[in-house]
Formats: sequence, structure tokens, C-alpha cells
Amino acid sequence: MIPACRLEDLPRGEAHRLDIDPPVSVFHTDDGELFAIDDTCTHQDASLADGWLEGCEVECPLHASKFDLRTGAVDAPPARLPVRTHQIVVEDGTVYVRLSTDAPNLPPCVSARLAGGAA
Amino acid sequence: MVGASLAGLSAARSLRQRGYDGRLVVIGDETHRPYDRPPLSKEFLAGTLREADLALERDGEELHAEWLLGTRAAGLDRTRRAIRLADGREVRADGVVVATGAAARTLPGTDGLAGVHVLRTLDDARALRDDLARGGRLVVIGGGFVGAEVASTAYALGLDVTVIEAAPTPLAGPLGQAMGAVVSALHADHGVRLLCGVGVKGLGGEHRVEAVLLEDGRSVPADTVVVGVGARPCVDWLEGSGVALDNGVRCGADGRTSLAAVVAVGDCANWYDPGTGSHRRVEHWTGALERPAAAVAALLAHGATEPGVPRPPYFWSDQYGVKIQFVGQAAGADSVTVEEGSTDDRSFLAVYRRAGRPVAVLGMNQPRLFTRARKQFGTAAS
Ligand SMILES: Cc1cc2nc3c(=O)[nH]c(=O)nc-3n(C[C@H](O)[C@H](O)[C@H](O)COP(=O)(O)OP(=O)(O)OC[C@H]3O[C@@H](n4cnc5c(N)ncnc54)[C@H](O)[C@@H]3O)c2cc1C
Ligand code: FES
Repeated sequence: MIPACRLEDLPRGEAHRLDIDPPVSVFHTDDGELFAIDDTCTHQDASLADGWLEGCEVECPLHASKFDLRTGAVDAPPARLPVRTHQIVVEDGTVYVRLSTDAPNLPPCVSARLAGGAA
Repeated sequence: MVGASLAGLSAARSLRQRGYDGRLVVIGDETHRPYDRPPLSKEFLAGTLREADLALERDGEELHAEWLLGTRAAGLDRTRRAIRLADGREVRADGVVVATGAAARTLPGTDGLAGVHVLRTLDDARALRDDLARGGRLVVIGGGFVGAEVASTAYALGLDVTVIEAAPTPLAGPLGQAMGAVVSALHADHGVRLLCGVGVKGLGGEHRVEAVLLEDGRSVPADTVVVGVGARPCVDWLEGSGVALDNGVRCGADGRTSLAAVVAVGDCANWYDPGTGSHRRVEHWTGALERPAAAVAALLAHGATEPGVPRPPYFWSDQYGVKIQFVGQAAGADSVTVEEGSTDDRSFLAVYRRAGRPVAVLGMNQPRLFTRARKQFGTAAS
């Protein structure tokens, strides 16, 4: 489990990005629910923490595909693949993320960079 | 459905979502399944996206449509309620969605010269990519978005790039003078030459292009030339059909045309904008994605719906690693102010106003702030 932030530091309607590889974002919805998903849009290199949070959906800040925070599902193009979802645990006021073991759906440009990045 | 690209596909999806379960025929003159055009000047041209990545349909998506690809519509016969195809066949229809988009404008007298390209289709992009791989000098005629993106991609590929723009400032139409100058300064930031206020007289070279000849007498050497001088709506096939044409298909605020049971969407459609009280043909990806839902609703309701207010037009562009985002309409603005960041850093948010009311927002490398401004703007404008 990775500690993400203090719950009191993440107001409703806000997101917190964890700079791990690949980055993960924790969203606190207006209804007070917490969700964690991969931060990088599956279409291109956009940070979903910069997107628009509405209900249980976040809209990508670049080309407006929306992802369901509960399932990771995408509603409409240009993104075609879901984002990974992660588990959230809150203990003693700290938000923790339990990372999914699935393979992430990173956009082609980012996967290419990561693949070439070791060089 | 005539036109098998983004607007046609979005209309087909909307029809099925609204429970239309009848026969659905999609006619498209390209041989490809619907694909995404924006990457053609960006990642695809750069070689970081493959052709398979351009598909607009989801894996396993099934719209139960008949796809007549590689087939051009040649006319619409209102009395027979049919689309005439170029190969002589005919498709009967109770309703028609016109989504034939736009085609790249060319320069007269440049046919048949090797090394001269336009960029609209996947086939155009493949051909241009092969020529850029030769390296050398690229001259881009036209400093609009597509031209600027090609210049930026070619620069990253290591070519020597010159952009020629007839107007004193590129992008002044969509962005206004001041911001057009800021965005097109990205060329100079990267050592790409930008020649403004000069027209092109012709091209030099016998079999392959060797130079671009300017009206002021200069000659700019070139190994490859891209003509990026805009696009014209593909509506010739509707001439004489009874569908009123005026800079594309003339439409109401929900895509309905002068003929019942015919709607038009995407780049070919000149929709009425209730906000400004005039017609405007929006040539952006997001409009081609979103607006078909309203048009399909009007089609299924046989025109008995009240048109809603369309969302303000939004587009993006990526140049030299900078994300450019714009919503609204710059024409008619009387002021533009930078409200966050700075133009020198190429990272800012600027708001256009008319009589004190925001009419457009431009962001450079500010996706977070821009998204918030766009949302506010969307609600304020409706
Ligand atoms: C290189 C490039 C980069 C772009 N980048 C951006 C960007 O960064 N941001 C942005 O917002 N927008 C961008 N756009 C614009 C965006 O791609 C268009 O707005 C969008 O493709 C419009 O979709 P459409 O379906 O209306 O038309 P189109 O995509 O033009 O499709 C129309 C289809 O109809 C077919 N057709 C035409 N005539 C007939 C006929 N008679 N019979 C049958 N079929 C016919 C055409 O062959 C074509 O396949 C870009 C466009 C290009 C070309
Ligand atoms: S980067 Fe998210 S939709 Fe394009």
C-alpha cells in the first residue's frame, strides 16, 4: 500500500496526483467518495488530475473523453481503452492506494517513451 | 449516412443509442474504416502512432451497419428518396445524414509535380511521411493549424523548415492578431523560418518540386512542399438536390437542412449559431463528435424538437510540444487579456471579451486552468 495524502488535505472536488511510475491519481468526489485511477489518459499524454471531475466521472483535459472512476470505463472517443482502477484504504486520516496488478493501458506515445526510456 | 468519418460514425452511434433499430447504411468514398485525422499532422506523421492506433471504432464495437466503403455518393434524389452512387447504384433512405466533411484546398497548377502534398487523408499522410523521411528542406505554404503542425513535426524530424503565410499574421482569423502572433512565434522559437505577408506565385521544378516562387520575386528552395491552405466543404454532390448550400450545407441550430429528413453534421455543415445570430461552419474534431447527437434527435423526431444551444466550439492543436486549446469565437472580441501565466513563457490563459463579456478563451500549456475556464465558459454562454 502506498500512502497518498492526508484526507484533510484533499477537499471534495479535488484530485491528488502521486508521482510514481506510471502516475496514479486519487479523486475526492463532491459526494465524499474516494477513487484512485491511473493518472495518464489512455488516449494521449494528459494528466487526468488536471481534468474535470463531475459526479463519478473525470473528463480528460485535452480531448474530453470521460472515465468512470468506479470502473475505469471510457464513454466516448478519442480514448478507446479504460484506465486502471486501484483500491483505496483510509486509515487514521491517511489515504492509501493499493495498486492494481493489471497491466496499465498507457497511450502509445507514453508506452513508446517508457520502452525507449531505459536507454 | 453519407461520409464515413468522425461525424458519420458519431451519428450512427447516436442513432443506435436512441433506439433506432432499422437498416443503417454508411457510404464513404475512402476505403478505410473511420479513422482519426488530428494525429495525421502530429504523432502519425512523426512515426509515434501506427495506423491501427488511428481507428475510431472500439474493438468489438458493432453498430449493425452496412458499410459501403470506397463508394462515392454522386447525388441526392428527393423525389425518389434515394442517394445515387458514383458506380450507378442507388440507396433508398427514409432519412439522410450528410457528413461528407471537407477536402484540402490545392494550389492551381501544382498537379503532377512530385514532392508536393496536401494533408487531409490517411493516404495523404502516408505519402507525406515517406517524403519527409528523405530529409532536406520542407516548405509549408499556409501558416494555419495544419501547416503549423506539419512544420513542427518536420522540425522534430530534423528537416530544415520554412513556413510561408500570405496574411501579415498567421492564425489571425481563429485567434485574432495579438494571439495569432504569440502562437506563431513558436516557429521562430525553434529556428523555423516564417515569412508573412507574401503570396505564392508558383512552384519551380520540372518533375519534382525544387523551389517555391514568391510574389515578391524571391525563390525559396524546397525538397518537399506542403500546401496547407485550408479545406473546402465536400458538398458538390448535393448541387441541385434541393438541399440549400452556402459555405457547406446551410443548417439550423441542430443540423436540419432545407429538406425534411436530411440533416448535416461535421466539417461540411454550416450551422446556425443562436449566440451570434449568424451561421458558422465549425471545422473542429469536438464539434464533429458532439453535434451529431442533436442532429440525429431532430431527424428521429421529424423536426418536431426545439434545437438546444450547441456547446461553444472547442479545438486544440499541438505544436513544438506546446498544447494549444481554444474555446469560443475570437471574431468580434474587442479585448484579449492574459489572466494567468505569461505569453513569453508560452504558458498562459488568455480571455477574449466583447463589451466586457467573455467570448473566447485561449490556453497554451495550461490544460488544468483551461479546462476549468472552458467549463465556466460553457455554462456562462448557454
Ligand atoms: C491533418 C489534420 C489535423 C487536424 N487536427 C485537428 C486538431 O488538432 N484539433 C481539432 O479540433 N481538429 C483537427 N482537425 C479537424 C478534424 O479532423 C475535423 O474537424 C474532423 O475530421 C471532421 O470530421 P467529419 O466527419 O465532419 O469530416 P471528415 O473527417 O473530413 O470526413 C468526411 C468523410 O466523407 C467522405 N466523403 C466526402 N465526400 C463524399 C461523397 N460524395 N461520398 C461519400 N463519402 C464522401 C470523405 O472521404 C471523408 O472520409 C484536423 C484535420 C486534419 C486534416
Ligand atoms: S488525451 Fe485524453 S482524450 Fe485525448
